[in-house]
Order: sequence, then C-alpha cells, then structure tokens
Amino acid sequence: MQEVIKKRVKELFDNNTIVRAIGWENGEFFYDHTPAVFDSAADMDVFVYDNFCASNLSKYLINHCAPEGKTLVLLKPCDTYSFNQLLTEHRINKDNIYIIGIGCDGMVDIDKIRALGIKGITKITQNGDELVIDTMYGEKKCKKADVLLEKCLSCKGKKHMIYDELISENEDEMPQDASKRFDLVNELENMTSEERFAFWQNELSKCIRCNACRNICPACSCRKCVFDNSASGVASKANADSFEEKMFHIIRAFHVAGRCTDCGECTRVCPQGIPLHLLNRKFIKDINTLYGEYQAGETADQRGPLTDYTQQDVEPTFISDKEVK
Amino acid sequence: MQKIGVFVCWCGSNIAATVDVAEVVQAVKTQPGVAFATDYQYMCSEAGQSIIKNAIKEHDLTGIVVCSCSPRMHEATFRKTAQAAGLNPYMVEIANIREHCSWIHKDKNEATQKAIILANAAVAKVNLNAPLVQGESSVTKRALVIGGGIAGIQTALDIAEAGYEVDIVEKEPTIGGKMAQLDKTFPTLDCSACILTPKMVDVAANENITLYTYSEVEQVKGFVGNFSVTIKKKARYVKEDLCTGCGECMSKCPSKKGKDEFNCGLNNRTAINIPFAQAIPNVAYIDAEQCIKFKTGKCGLCEKTCSANAIDYNQKDEIIEREYGAIVMATGYEPIKLDKFDEYQYSKHPDVITSLELERIMNAAGPTGGTLLKMSDKEHPHSVTFIQCVGSRDISGRGKPYCSKICCMYTAKHAMLIRDKYPDVEVNVFYIDVRTPGKNFDEFYRRAVEEYGVNYIKGQVGKVYEKDGHLVVQAVDLIANKQLVLDTDMVVLATAIEPSKTARDLASMLTASIDTNDFITEAHPKLRPVESPTAGIFLSGVCQGPKDIPETVSQAGAAAAKVIGLLAKDKLLTNPCVAHSDELLCNGCSQCEKVCPYGAISYIDKEVNDHGVRETRRVAQVNEALCQGCGACTVTCPSGAMDLKGFTNRQIMAEVDAICK
Repeated sequence: MQEVIKKRVKELFDNNTIVRAIGWENGEFFYDHTPAVFDSAADMDVFVYDNFCASNLSKYLINHCAPEGKTLVLLKPCDTYSFNQLLTEHRINKDNIYIIGIGCDGMVDIDKIRALGIKGITKITQNGDELVIDTMYGEKKCKKADVLLEKCLSCKGKKHMIYDELISENEDEMPQDASKRFDLVNELENMTSEERFAFWQNELSKCIRCNACRNICPACSCRKCVFDNSASGVASKANADSFEEKMFHIIRAFHVAGRCTDCGECTRVCPQGIPLHLLNRKFIKDINTLYGEYQAGETADQRGPLTDYTQQDVEPTFISDKEVK
Repeated sequence: MQKIGVFVCWCGSNIAATVDVAEVVQAVKTQPGVAFATDYQYMCSEAGQSIIKNAIKEHDLTGIVVCSCSPRMHEATFRKTAQAAGLNPYMVEIANIREHCSWIHKDKNEATQKAIILANAAVAKVNLNAPLVQGESSVTKRALVIGGGIAGIQTALDIAEAGYEVDIVEKEPTIGGKMAQLDKTFPTLDCSACILTPKMVDVAANENITLYTYSEVEQVKGFVGNFSVTIKKKARYVKEDLCTGCGECMSKCPSKKGKDEFNCGLNNRTAINIPFAQAIPNVAYIDAEQCIKFKTGKCGLCEKTCSANAIDYNQKDEIIEREYGAIVMATGYEPIKLDKFDEYQYSKHPDVITSLELERIMNAAGPTGGTLLKMSDKEHPHSVTFIQCVGSRDISGRGKPYCSKICCMYTAKHAMLIRDKYPDVEVNVFYIDVRTPGKNFDEFYRRAVEEYGVNYIKGQVGKVYEKDGHLVVQAVDLIANKQLVLDTDMVVLATAIEPSKTARDLASMLTASIDTNDFITEAHPKLRPVESPTAGIFLSGVCQGPKDIPETVSQAGAAAAKVIGLLAKDKLLTNPCVAHSDELLCNGCSQCEKVCPYGAISYIDKEVNDHGVRETRRVAQVNEALCQGCGACTVTCPSGAMDLKGFTNRQIMAEVDAICK
C-alpha cells in the first residue's frame, strides 16, 4: 500500500493538484515514524506507511497548510473524525485541503511486542494476520491482533468519514468488537470514590507535564492554551499540593468534552503510560447516556450535544435521579 | 491598587444576632486593599448610606463592599449611594451575609467565620473590579399576551386601554379559556359567561388588540424591550375574514363523532365547529383529523353550504414574526390526569366525573342542556357525592403537593346549586379541610351547610365501586370515627389543577424559570409577584400558582400595570456586565455562538496583529445590545478568550481562592 500511495501522491504533485503533502517518514527507529511535510514529488521518496503510522495528521493542517494551493493529507479512518471536528470548529479550511483516505487494519504497539519477550527487533513485516519479526536472535512471529495499539482496540471501523479519494481495501469492514470500548470506564465507575481517587492519584502523579497529550490532541487546538496564558491565572503554576497535579488533566478533559473523537492519541503519546483516554471516554459515555449516542466528528455539520439546546434535553435532575456514575 | 471600604450591616438583629459584626470588621481590615471598614445598624437607611458616602470621600475609596442582605434586595440601593459619592456604581460588591449566612446558621462563631469568608471573597473580587458604564436600548411599544383566558383577556384589555398595542396568542380556536366553561361563579353565583363574554367582545372590538387564535408561540428571541417572536397560526381551513359564524356548516357536516372539547368530551361535535355560541372570534375551524374531506377527498358539504365562501381546504399554517417590548405569560391550567387514581373509578364509570365536567352538565349550553343527569343512563340522580382534594395536597407522588385552592369553594357552589335546583338530591362532601379564606367565602360555605343542607363529612374516600347498578363510596368519617359505606348515584371529583402543559416549553423559550410543579417563578414571592426574574416577562393568572377568578383578574391588572410601566419608557438602560472576546485568543471555533441564547455573538474575518504577526482571522464579536451577560459563552470558550465584564474569570477565581484559603 505504501508504494501505491506514494505513486498517487507523486502524480498529484506532478499534475499540480497539490503543492504540499502531509504524511509520515522514518523516525530514529523503524517503529517510530513521525509526521512529515513533503513539498515536492521528489520529497515523497522517504514517505512510509506501515504498521507504525499511528499519528493522527489532521491537527498538523492547522499550522502546516501551504499558504497557497492545496495541501494533501493522508488520513486513516479514525483520523477523519478529528478532521471533521476541526472543520466544525473552523480551525481548518477544506477548500485548501485534498484528502486521500487510506486503509488501515490497525497500528502496532512496539512495547506490546517487547512485552511478549521478543528482544533485539530489527524489522517487522506483516503476513496476513501475523507479524513476522526479525530479531538479532532470529525470526519470531506473533498475532497482530495481540499487539495492537490501545487506541486500535476500540476501532470505530474502517470507513472514512470524509475524503476526496480513497486508497483502501477494507473500507466497509466493521470493527471487530466495539462493545468493549467502555469496559474500563465501567470498571472505574464501579469503584468506590476512594478507590477511584486512589487510581487517578496513582496514575496522574506520574505526570511530568511534558504537554505531549495536549500537543498531540486534535481537540486541543487553541491558538493559546489557557495553561500557556499568564493572564489566565493558571499558567506555569507549580503544583501546590498533590491534588493540583490532577487539575491539568481534569481541566483538559472538560475542555475537550463533547469535542473529543476518542482518537486515543493522548494515551499513545504519554511517555509515562497514563491511560488519559479514560477521562475523555467517561465524558463520552455520559454524553451518550444523557443525550443519546453521539460521535464527535462523524460529520462536519453536526452540533455537539454540549453546545446545543433542544427542548428534549434531559433536565439536570435526571442526573441526580438516575445517579449517572 | 484599590482602596476598598467594607461596610458591615447588622440588619437590626437579622444579621447581628448571629454574626459578630465587629469581628467581621476587624477581620476584613487585614485583607489586601481594604482601607476602611465599619459596621452600622441599618446600612440601607439614610444614615447608613451617609456613612458610606462620607467614607468614600474621606478615604478616597476606589471600591466598596457592603456585607448585608441579598444583592437582589439592596444592590441597586448601594450602587446609587456609591454613584452619589462619585464612585462608579459597578465598583460596589455585596457580600450576602444574611440569606447566605445569618439566617441559615444558629452557631454564632460558625456564622461569624462564614461571614468573614464571604466578605473576604467580595473584597478579593472588588480588587479586580473595573468601572463599567451602562448602555441604552430601545423599547418596542407592543406587548404579547400568551393565553386568552380571563387572565390574558384582562391583561390585554388593561394594556390596550392605556393606549399600547397588544397581541393575544391563544392555542384554542376561541378565547375564553376555562372561565368560559364554567356555569356559575362563587361566591356570588352569577353566570360565568354573562360576566366573561362582554370582556371577550371588548377584546374583539379593541383596535389596539390583535387576536391570534388557534395559534402557538414557536420561538422567542431577544430581550426586554426587544423580543422577536415567531407565531404559528394553524390552518383553520376557514377564512376568518369571510366566515360570519352562522353555523350552517355545522348543521350539514356529516362527520359528527368528534369529542366536544368545550364540553369536556361529554358529547360529540362536528368536524367543522365553532366551540360555543359566544366564541371570539366567531369563526368555524375544521378538525382536519376528523374531516371526511381531508381523510378521503370526498364530501365538501361545508364548502357547498357556506354562503360566505369562507371554506378553504388549501389553507396552510401561517408563520408570523412580530416584535414586542414585553411578554405576559397567561397560560392557565388544566385539571390533572386521573390515571393514577384508579380507586375512584373515573376512567371506568361514566357517573364518576370531574368538577369541570359537572360545570358543563349544569350549564344550559352543556351536553344535557343544563339538567343534572347521570351520563350513564341520562336519569336523574338521587344522591351525589363530592370528593375533595383528588390529587391536591398529595404527598404520595401520584398527585400534586400543593392545595389547588379553588376546589373547596367551587364544591360548595356545586353542592348548593344542586340542592337549590333539586332539593330531593342528597349531597355529601368528603373533605380533608374546608379552606375558605376570601371575601364572603366562609359565609358562602356556611350557607351551603346551614341553609342548603349539604352533608360535609371530614374524611377521605378509600374507594368507589359499582354494586347492583349503584355506585358505592367506602370512606371514613373522622369526626364520628366510623367507617362509612354510602350508596350514591354520582361521584364528583375535585381534581387538582396543574399548569398548562405548554407552560414548560414556553418558559424554556422565554428563559423564565419554573418551579418543581411547573408554575412560573415570580421575581419575588412577596414583592414582585407578577414579574418573572427574566426582565420583560410578566405573569398573569394560574401559570404562577393556583388562584380563583377575582385573584386572577387582580393579578392580570397588576401584570398589565408593569407592562405599561415598561412600554412607557423610550429607552432602557442596559446591563454593562456583558461578554467580551479577546480577539488574539479567539480560535474562531463558533462554540460560543452556538450556546448563546440571545444570538448576540457573530463571527467576522478580521485582520489582527498578534505580537507583530499580521493575519486575517475568524474571530467572535459580541453585540453588547443583545448580550444579557448570562456567561454561557465564557464557560464554553476553551481558550478563555470570552470573558464577562463584572464577572471575569479572574474575579471569580479570586473569589473562589478567597473562600478556599
């Protein structure tokens, strides 16, 4: 697929449909491909697309669109939700963007492979459902399904929500099992409040405030984040106590509530392995319960339930009556 | 740095008995910015205000905090005081140490500590206050009255008499409401229609009144003085200007199986219908769901009959947009549904009826021509049993917790009327209490007992059932302390009343608040009973709480007076506490625009200079004339670009910090 995409993007450069493309290139290691901006067909030679292109490129369009002419972006199915959400919020302009929707059968978590006891990995190729792993100690194999990224475990399906053209072989494939999406949220809800507090205390105390979650998050698209704005009174503030270290993540979860597409990038990039997506997923679950099923970014013209008012909206007492957890 | 004065009021003993005011004064003196602090018995008095004015001048105060009652009581007073002393009125903050503190605490030490915290929070806020200036807005000199019952009619007439235009929107095909359905009125026993219909005629004749019947309010935008209302006028399929109300169509209409709503469904009506003889407007309407022409395409008899050529099967709903300066809610009430009160057999036995149904049975224009007959066999009853408080004063959750207020009196009226016309009929009334406060009310009730021989039995009815063609009432007589089993022919239920179902949706559209029973909340239960807390929205009649006709009429007049007072103004001062967007922080995401209930936010492409970077950005703009300062946008804005003057994020954070310190 990598070569098909590369060829097509080069064609689009050559026939002047686009002036820029946003994709992935090799990072320091073969398994940490990073987003890259390509300004010509020749640049595209280093383009890669394989099991390690997890990053959601939609947010890069805010700052990396070419000043004139169209910028091409390669979007996996889940990335298109973020794209739509950014369109809804007027952070990007579709007129300047050309989308190639590319197929995806899940991205791989290198740490999960290592956790299987496979060391000295030099190369990974896919053979059907299996990954063939070359290591310094010989060839190993594992099921791809066992080493998918956390975010791929609750895949929303292989359908692209928006695109100009598709390079995809599994467009209509439905997610294998989306029912487990809220399992961990349910687990947290079933804890006592002390247990839940202890859980988050433990997780969030690991936070080093590197801001990776915020910077990768397509919903965190503010020109100036409140946490960077000295006038807001909350920026660059040292944590006065152990509770304050939670505030950043709680405030962030509130800010993206109703806008988060559940792309899972926050958890993927967290260097401390904090399951940040669970905060957002709890909001999503509550929104679904209170206002009916809602998927942010499904289309660009829908109104989010938290920024919309209808006469049928639940009354606030509904929450206390039903004790939505 | 501000120089803040703090003035702690005793409010007689209201505050001073529970809060050590001297300690509050000492404590706030240590707060940053506080240059002066004192206490006084009544800060709102002339003498109290002088203390404030003198201190402002003497100490060059830049802001003041008054620790006193709720800002809803005296914020305006102290703002004027400050202004008189040359201080911007928005440099005044109230710390509510009465309603929020002294009145709800018993322990003096605890209350004092809380009062100090509340005062500190207000001081922290004033430190960040900035002077604000009020703007002006215009007033559309026309009022809208929603509901055409006696409340709406009286309000509209009074407003129109003062020379202002007023529109009535009524959802039914005629005005008149519940009062038109009543037979006689207590405590004078005069004919309801005889006193109501002249007012209905006045409405129709008044040049200042425009009537939209068979119409509903679809949407309300804007704010006090400048409401923009969308009214849906439902198709009547009869041209209002041509129909003469002759009723010929009704006599020819072959579809006669519609439930006659005016007679509470006790008899049938035709598909083309005029609800009652004195209807205003006296114009027929076609019930399209019942009409054969609409169902099958065949018939058209009414069209052939109508000599005025008024029938128009192609009529469409009409959408009307009108501007108003004030809106009066007069949406009235409905009797509650009795599906949770199976013990009374209401849905099962035709001789168990509601009081409103009895009104129709007793009325000459009713289903029995005014003769008291059982609905089951159209025979004369020999015994009638009234059950009071059906669903009223109910704490079981099946009914309403409140007293419906009118039932005691109308039941006495019914009992008396029956005994007067049919002395052979035995009348029993089961009651919890008989409540008769009101001019000539208790005398009226006593006449029913003493002159007309109505049996009042204190006790609740446990159940009503049928036996051998009779109704049997099983009850308890609490005074004689014995069980009763009474044979009776008719049972009349004094059904609780509840606000009209439309009130809730309308209240949402008007951003008027409602209570747990869906009654519209008044701005102050004692001092502002006909105003909603939302400026420009007024309350008339039962939509605010249960009341009888004389009370409704007085309240309708009071609401009209308030409306007239508003419409008489050429300009209104606007609230300067409006939202403001920092264009350099604005993402252009439109979230604030979506949540704004007043349509005050729009987006423009604007060239901005962001620290030397010039670029065109999509940014939010607030129309300060439309903004009502609700703050919905400020909490929605993720970047903090949107802020509310007078209640900035930083001010609120400062208050929270002061409280949590």
